[in-house]
Amino acid sequence: MAVKSKSLAEIMKQHRSEILSGWLEYQKNGATSTNGALKREEIESESREFLGLFSGALEHDGAEPDMRSSAWSEVREYLDQFSQSRAQAGFSPSETATFVFSLKQPLFDKLKVAMGESQTLVDEIWRSTILLDSLGLYVTERYQKAREQTIARQQQEMIELSTPVVTLWEGILALPLIGTLDSERTQVVMESLLQKIVDAEAQIAIIDITGVPTVDTLVAQHLLKTVAAARLMGAECIISGIRPQIAATIVHLGVDLAGVTTKASLADALRVALDRNGLHIASR
Amino acid sequence: MPVERNETLAVNRSEDVVLVRAKTRDWSISLGFTIVEQTKMVTAASELARNLVVHAGGGTVRLETINSEQRRGLRLTFEDQGPGIADIQQALRDGFSSKGGLGLGLSGSKRLVNEFDISSTPGEGTRICIVRWK
Repeated sequence: MAVKSKSLAEIMKQHRSEILSGWLEYQKNGATSTNGALKREEIESESREFLGLFSGALEHDGAEPDMRSSAWSEVREYLDQFSQSRAQAGFSPSETATFVFSLKQPLFDKLKVAMGESQTLVDEIWRSTILLDSLGLYVTERYQKAREQTIARQQQEMIELSTPVVTLWEGILALPLIGTLDSERTQVVMESLLQKIVDAEAQIAIIDITGVPTVDTLVAQHLLKTVAAARLMGAECIISGIRPQIAATIVHLGVDLAGVTTKASLADALRVALDRNGLHIASR
Repeated sequence: MPVERNETLAVNRSEDVVLVRAKTRDWSISLGFTIVEQTKMVTAASELARNLVVHAGGGTVRLETINSEQRRGLRLTFEDQGPGIADIQQALRDGFSSKGGLGLGLSGSKRLVNEFDISSTPGEGTRICIVRWK
């Protein structure tokens, strides 16, 4: 048994450069480079580095190579990094995993030449298949993880980005809300509006929900709380951007907005706010 | 009732509620619902999906396009293995809330759809089925 598996390591060691050139040829025609985003030299240096680590791991591992063992830790580290960079460059999971799977063909070609058509060859091919498949799946898994991290980071960025409080006029603030009002973000919105009311000594704050597609009871509750908190500080809130479908839905839901000034458009709300401050816009 | 297509989504975190709303909107649009009908169905779906997260720690939503006597509709089924509701009449009353909400999610959703069916066994879970016809 040990003799057979050594042969895979042996073949890798002896024919590494031939396997590399064969592999590069397959990658050139295969799925990994269809994207065209990678330079030939990059693929070549990645492939060369991987083959070196792969060959080293085979040499140090036992009769039945197992990628989870310590002999493979450098290979795993390399693939972690590889998957992450492919995920960031926008490659698909299949394109990423094909990097590993495409090694099968040049490797099997070499095995066939080295061993002839025999049972030993079949055994060796089977062993290599299992090994490469598990490495390929490992890459996919790592890729997924990297994508998830990217998404989590973007979510965090959006929470920070999405709460601009703007001054429309002296003493009149506006808060245009866009997108989903999940609780975490609404908390940030509420706090920044209240702070800005203090900073600007504002009497009126307009909360515009034109960009909020769904107003359910949780969103309504957040809005009502913000209005109540602003009122405690002596400022009045106007909610604008209530479209017909939102109005109909709020009525059926049974949410009571009777104590809040609401307007269909931001322009209407601004008119009311100016009026309350004793101002009006006239044409010349 | 013939089901034209169906899809089941897992709802375990508040981020999943966003996906339920997006799917419900897509399916409502493909059924030709008006903007008001779409918004009502999406809002009801949002309430009931959030209930899965808040009250049961997660559950599933099944979306189905159904067909009956020449009309088509969207049926959503919310299922969980949570604590269940002991008193359904009380839970359906406006303003009743066990978790500090407005207490309008369940009763309000019922008013936003054409059919509303709820069954619950304490200790086993809750199943709510809503339908909106085109």
